[in-house]
This record gives sequence, C-alpha cells and structure tokens, in this order.
Amino acid sequence: MCRLVAITSNEYLSPMEGVLSLETMHEGHDGSGMGLILKNLGGEFSELKNYPILSGICSNEGLRVLDQFMWDAGFHIKYEWRPVLKPVSSIKKRAHYFAKVYEYPEDFIDKSLTEKEDLLLRTRLALRAIGENNQSIIVFSFYPDVIAIKEVGDPLQLSEFFGLTDSRLKSKIIFAQGRQNTNYDINLYACHPFFIQGFGSMTNGENTAFGPIKEYLTSRGVTGYVGYDSDSEVFTHILHFAVRQLGYPLQYYKDIITPLKASEMERRLDSGVLALLKASLRPLCIDGPNMVIGFTPDGTCFMAHDSKKLRPGIVGGTKGRIAFVSEECGLDSVVPDRDHSLDIFPMKYDMVIVSPGAEEVRVWNQLYGWTTTIN
Amino acid sequence: MESTVRLDHNHQLTVRDFPYIVKWRDDRCKRCGRCTSVCPMLAIEPSIVLQREVRSEGVIPEPKLSRKIVNIIKQVTDIERYCNGCGTCTLVCPNEAIEPEYNPQHKFIFHKNTGGYPYRRGGRRNDPEPSTLDHLKFTRISMLTDPALDAGRHEFRIRSYLGRILPPGELPIKIENGKLEINRLTKRFMPPVREIYPVMIGSMSIGALSPNMWEGLAMGVAYLNEVEKMPVVMASGEGGMPPRLLKSRFIKYFILQIASGYFGWDEIIRAIPHMVDDPCAIEIKYGQGAKPGDGGLLMANKVLKLIAEIRGVPQGVDLPSPPTHQTKYSIEESVAKMIQSMSMAWGFRVPVFPKISATRTAKAVLNNLLRNPFAAALSIDGEDGGTGAAYNVSMDKMGHPIASNIRDCYLDLVKQGKQNELPLIAAGGIGKKGNVAANAAALFMLGASVVAIGKYIMQAAAGCFGDEMNRCNVCNLGKCPRGITTQDPKLYRRLDPDKVAERVVEVFKSIDVELRKIFAPLGRSTELPIGMSDALCADNAAIAERLQIGYVC
Repeated sequence: MCRLVAITSNEYLSPMEGVLSLETMHEGHDGSGMGLILKNLGGEFSELKNYPILSGICSNEGLRVLDQFMWDAGFHIKYEWRPVLKPVSSIKKRAHYFAKVYEYPEDFIDKSLTEKEDLLLRTRLALRAIGENNQSIIVFSFYPDVIAIKEVGDPLQLSEFFGLTDSRLKSKIIFAQGRQNTNYDINLYACHPFFIQGFGSMTNGENTAFGPIKEYLTSRGVTGYVGYDSDSEVFTHILHFAVRQLGYPLQYYKDIITPLKASEMERRLDSGVLALLKASLRPLCIDGPNMVIGFTPDGTCFMAHDSKKLRPGIVGGTKGRIAFVSEECGLDSVVPDRDHSLDIFPMKYDMVIVSPGAEEVRVWNQLYGWTTTIN
Repeated sequence: MESTVRLDHNHQLTVRDFPYIVKWRDDRCKRCGRCTSVCPMLAIEPSIVLQREVRSEGVIPEPKLSRKIVNIIKQVTDIERYCNGCGTCTLVCPNEAIEPEYNPQHKFIFHKNTGGYPYRRGGRRNDPEPSTLDHLKFTRISMLTDPALDAGRHEFRIRSYLGRILPPGELPIKIENGKLEINRLTKRFMPPVREIYPVMIGSMSIGALSPNMWEGLAMGVAYLNEVEKMPVVMASGEGGMPPRLLKSRFIKYFILQIASGYFGWDEIIRAIPHMVDDPCAIEIKYGQGAKPGDGGLLMANKVLKLIAEIRGVPQGVDLPSPPTHQTKYSIEESVAKMIQSMSMAWGFRVPVFPKISATRTAKAVLNNLLRNPFAAALSIDGEDGGTGAAYNVSMDKMGHPIASNIRDCYLDLVKQGKQNELPLIAAGGIGKKGNVAANAAALFMLGASVVAIGKYIMQAAAGCFGDEMNRCNVCNLGKCPRGITTQDPKLYRRLDPDKVAERVVEVFKSIDVELRKIFAPLGRSTELPIGMSDALCADNAAIAERLQIGYVC
C-alpha cells in the first residue's frame, strides 16, 4: 500500500517535510520509489510564476532531442533547475534530472490560459511519445509553478540523492508518495502523484473499476487521457474531467466517484442534478479501496475516499499549515503541535477541502453539506 | 404362407427412426392407463398382443403351449405422433414402468416433412454444446492488493438503466452559487430513464404462454417489486395484455411490445386514456433471435376465446406476423418515426427501444439508433433464444450468437465514446446450461446493460421439459404437457399460478445472491460492472481473441 503525504501551507516549505513524514510511515511502504510534486514554488521560482516548467529525466541523447524539439516548438529556455546529485549506492543514477522554465512561443504569449494549457499538454505528450520506447525522455509535468520529481528507491535516500536536504527548492504545496507502483512493472510513469493541466492527485489502494473508467476516459476525446500505467491515474483525470472539462464545483468530484443511493439523494436540494450525474457519469463510479488526495490549479487541496472499503486517511493541522496523510504518525511529523481534536478522519460521505494557503478547512458531507473546522 | 405384400413394411418407420424410444416395462405396469391419457403426442397407446406361452407344471416337466391376449403399451410409428421425450408418462406413472429414452441414431428430421410441410416446432436451437457464455469465467479476483467484498454483508447495488442517457455535456444543468442546479430554461428533451434490475423477463406473449403461466410470471414480478423491492420488469411479447392489467398501477412493471402484426394494440390504444401509470417501456420488435427474419406465429390451435379477445381477431385462425413491419422501408425514417410515434403516445415519458435478432448487421442498426435521440436502447436477441413456434430450419440454422454481437456493439460504442448513452439489452441463451447469473454477469462485462431471460424462467419457474435434444418442444401445438404454452384449459389447469409466482421470486432472489457472489470477489458493488472485460477470461483461445478478453488455461 502506498504511503502518502500532502502539505498545504501559507509559507514556503522544504520538500523534506514531506519526505520525513513519509519516513515516519516507513513500515507501511516498501521504499520502492518516491514521487514528489511541488506547487506554488518559492525561491528563484517565485519570480517565474507565469512561465511553464518542464519536469523530467533524460538520457544524454534524450536531452539533445528534447532541447532541439523545444527550440523548434518555439519554447525558449528562461531558467533551469537541476538537483545537486549526491551519489547514493542504492540509487541508480540517470543522466539528467531537470526542471526547465520556458518562455511561451511568441504566438502564444497573448493567448488565453486555456489555449496555453492545451499547448503545454500537447508538448508534454509529444515529448513523452518521442522518448517512451527507450526511456530517453521521461516528462512528468509541463505547467507553470509546478515541479515533479520521481525516481525509484527509498524516499529518504532519494532525498539525499537529489540533495533536497540542502536545496533552496521550496513550495507552499507538497505532494509526496512513498512507493513505486509495485503492482505492475517498475515504470516512472506509473508513479504517483499524477498531473494534468494544473490538477494532480495521488491515491491509496487498487482501483477495481479501473477497466471501465479507463475506457470511458480514453473515449472522451480529451487530449491527455492517456498513459494509465497505474490504475490510480484515472483519479487525476476524473478530477480534470469534472472540474476543468465539465466546469463542476470541486465537491461534485465526490458525487461522481461515489454517487449516493436514490434514497440518500432525496435529502439534498440538488437531488435532481445528482440523479442526472449518477446516470450520465455512471462509468466513473469507483469501487475502492481508495483514498485520493488531490489539488486543483488554484491550490485547493482535498481528500476523499471510496464509499465502502475506505483506505486510511487523516487531515489535520493548524490554520496556515494543513497536512493530508495516510497515517496519523505522518501527520504528527508534519504538524506535531496541532489541536488533535480537529483532526479529520473522512468517512464514506466526506470530502475534506482545504482552501489555498490552508486558510480554511471544510468538510463536504454528501448528506449533510458543509462543516468548517478551521478558518 | 403369408403373402409378400403383407410382410412388406417398407414404407413404415421403425421406432429406431424416432428421437425417443419409449421404454415400457411389462412387469411393472399395472395398466392404469395414465400414461396414454397424458401423452401430448398420442405417441403411446394401449394395445394388445397375442402371446405364446410355454409352461411346465407338475413334477416332471411337460411343456404345454398356450396363447393369450395381453394388454400392452405400444409406441406408435406415425411420424405425426412421435414421442417427443417430454416424459409426462414417467411423471404420472405410479410404478416407474415407462420412460422415453433418447435415441441418438434417430432419423426424425428426414421424415418430419409430410405433406411438404417442413418441421415446425417451439423451443430453442437443438445444440446441446455449451454456449460461448459458458466458456467464460471471472478471473480478476481481489486478493492482497485490494480486499474482496463480502457478498453476504456488504451493500450491493445491482441495478441498471433502461433509457437514453445524456452525456454530461448535454445535461440541462447550470452552476448557481457554487452548486449545480437543473436549468429549467433549457428546451433540451430529457429522455425518460428507468432504473431496473439488470435481469428482466424477456418477451413472451399471452397466447404463446397460457393464462396461468403469464399470470404466475406477472404476479412474481409484482411481488419482487412491491415486497422484495427488486425492480424486475417483464416484457409482454406481441399480442397485448389483459385490459385490467393495462389500467392497473402494476403496468409500470411491464414492457409492452409492438410487433409487425400489431396484435393487441387496438386494446392498448383504447386503454391509454384510462391508464393510471405508464408502462416501464415500449419494445418494438423487429426480430427474434430464435427465428431471425421470421415474424411471430401463433398457431390456430392456440387462438382460443381469451386470446382472440385480447388480440382482436377471430378464434381458431393462424396468426402469423409478417417478417417485418409493413411500414418499414428505412431505418432513418420509418423506424425513427415509429419510435417517435410510440413515444408520443405516452407523452415522451416512456422509453421506446427496438429489439432485433443478433446479426452481423447489428452495428449498422446501433449506429443509426445512436443518431436518433428518441431511441432508448437496443435489444439484441441471440440465436439461442426461444420461441413458441417456428420452422426447425430457422431455429437450428439461422442466427448469430449473442456474445460476440454484444461485444462488437459495445466496443463500437466505446470507440465513439457513447458506451453509457444507449444501453444494450442482451438476450438469447442466458442460462442455457443453468448458469443464469454467471452468463448474465459475463454479458454485463462484455458490455450489456441489461439481460433478458425467457426459456430459463420457464424451466426454473414452471418446469418446462424442453431442452437442446429436442425434448418436448411442442409449444407450437398448444399441447404443452406442463400447461405453460397452451390455451387448452385441461392442460393449463395443471399449472398453479401461485407456485409459478413463488418460483419466479425464488429464482430472482437466487440470481441476486449469485451475482453478488460473482461481483464481490471482483471488488465491485456500487455499480454494475458494465464493460469490465478485464475481469473476464475465456477457456478457449479463439473465443478470447474474438471477444478481446484474456485467455486462461
């Protein structure tokens, strides 16, 4: 089972906070890999918030191809961050790890954000396609103010390998996951958190409804609904589909993945809508056992579960610093001096939504509506 | 010396030519005559034979010859009075003295065309081999990476939708204060959708079925809905419905069928203003899996008073429906118009869907229906479906199996991203070998939203004798020995509608438990696993390849 930690804060944090939290949960993961997504970046990136950042790994040849491709596509490099790698015996080093900041191609500078997002997605997918067969190019994200780092190995050793302990790399949102997707072949594209156009998520547990959900998503005609090296990637794409493509408020994500029974819907003022959504989005209903932690482009973070098998998950913290973790000991590591009585163990009807900057913690209950616990 | 003419039986058949040979035991028979009186085919009759007996009495054997007349039960060798193997004789015999035995060397169909009339019968395809569905098994078992569910204690939602489902982009909803609301200003047509149990009772008409059988099924369905809260629905078949039922609140559990003969629709149209509720749906029958390209047929000997009244026809005449609707000359126009007309009759509140025989052209029908916003579903009936009357050649040699037809259609929908918009209803051979829940679940995973059962429920709820070895199969003659497919009161009196209803309830409750036992280990409970083909494998590589699923051995 994966161990997950997400931290959202009103101040810039070192990714080590996430890694150390994972370490406290070490008994629950096999140390087979780590995925990190950092959002709302600080340090040198705080001046580059409107420029897209390409995160990935390349071989020597792959880097040459990538640079040429990006040049040809009109993306001119503005800044590049590379981790200061330290040799760690158990980590197999690849040639180039990078986060490259680009300027948009000239003819896209004045385009809308939606058009820019589509360009970034198409570009990332093209790079993925070029390098997928020989793993010469592996790209995880291409989006402003977001960096993704993934590698095989123990999270603590990986953080040493990437030099994260001394790095100036900081962010207000940290998503960290401590395990490769060991249910399948080791493949970095199967490593959580997954990301698409500002939306990201990571998940605990195997998704038994993966087949029909994948089939439904891939037949939406939406660019980017590809990959699925992990059954958990669909959770990110359901989020993207519901909020970006359909324009639904975030809390309806919960109503889509775990629709209420007809008798339960009657309590809701929007019961008519719920019935329509339940039928129309029937293939997106999940059957667990899953716990999903995700974020949206504005920096809102959330946690939600399936409606039955409920993988563990807890949300807690203080105003300005909230963590979402798969085990309580992980939360104690991130926010030890919190009011434990405000810890939230979301259950089958709940979705915990934390506003950007961790200003407000609200629980959306499908039956009873909103409860604010911290604001 | 007898003349050679009298010894010449050359133009007679022997019992070895018949599909079933009646094994009668002289030593057990008490000559009560029950067997001969119940035989629907008059295939056995009391007869006499002259027996020669040599007996010795006394201390020293001294053979004495005597001759005596003995009563026996004799199988006749008239092709019209063949033993159909139903076994009603065995059922009523108090001494286990008689039993028909299948004769694999029979030459029945070589001879069953006297008068130039090919063999006609009821029943199903005479193919005892397991169907494709019985080669499928569920192989994605939740193990250590995800926990299996508890079929006995977890909550399962085994439901499906019947009706056109709008894609999310076309739903009439708007965002208001951070919430979604129905946009009542939109003029968008909202297709009616029913939430039903995914296993339904397929079309069998009053006329094809006896009044007692039909009543038993209907009572069972009503009980399942009202008491067990299982929304099981039942289709009427062609030929209308009793007006009292049409005007009752129970009509919502029934799908009314309109077929090419339009039988019974005068009464239905007349009843519309008096209906207190809408029917579940309207099925427009364009084809039937058991006899594709053939119309319905109710033979004269079943058209008695009640049937004549409901159908609005004279008594005692054959009622053949044309092979196709007379108004149908193109799917784009005529079928669309018919769907719209039927929708209009109930104010567009009732889903209307066509039923076709499984065919290699099914995808063409599907794609046309996809473009018709009023088409609520597509029902496809495979070759292993049953019928009350058809030509043997139609049943045995015409048609398409349901499994690959449903799969092809579903994958076509997936290609277009419309797999959740037009539900596919699969029928024809579900439960052929008794594995009704497993066959149904396999069809869901191949892409069906609903399955319909006919023969299975007749066998399970009323003990129909029919099988794939041509046993019984005299539904067409009105001579059903179980009283299921006859209009003869002497025969249908045998069938207790209450017992049929009780069995219907038992059967569906047991299907429900078995479906849970299948879905639970797959880790699925909250939605029907439609299209979950990753859970399905075949034990035959060719089947696996054709259906695009895994192969296991």
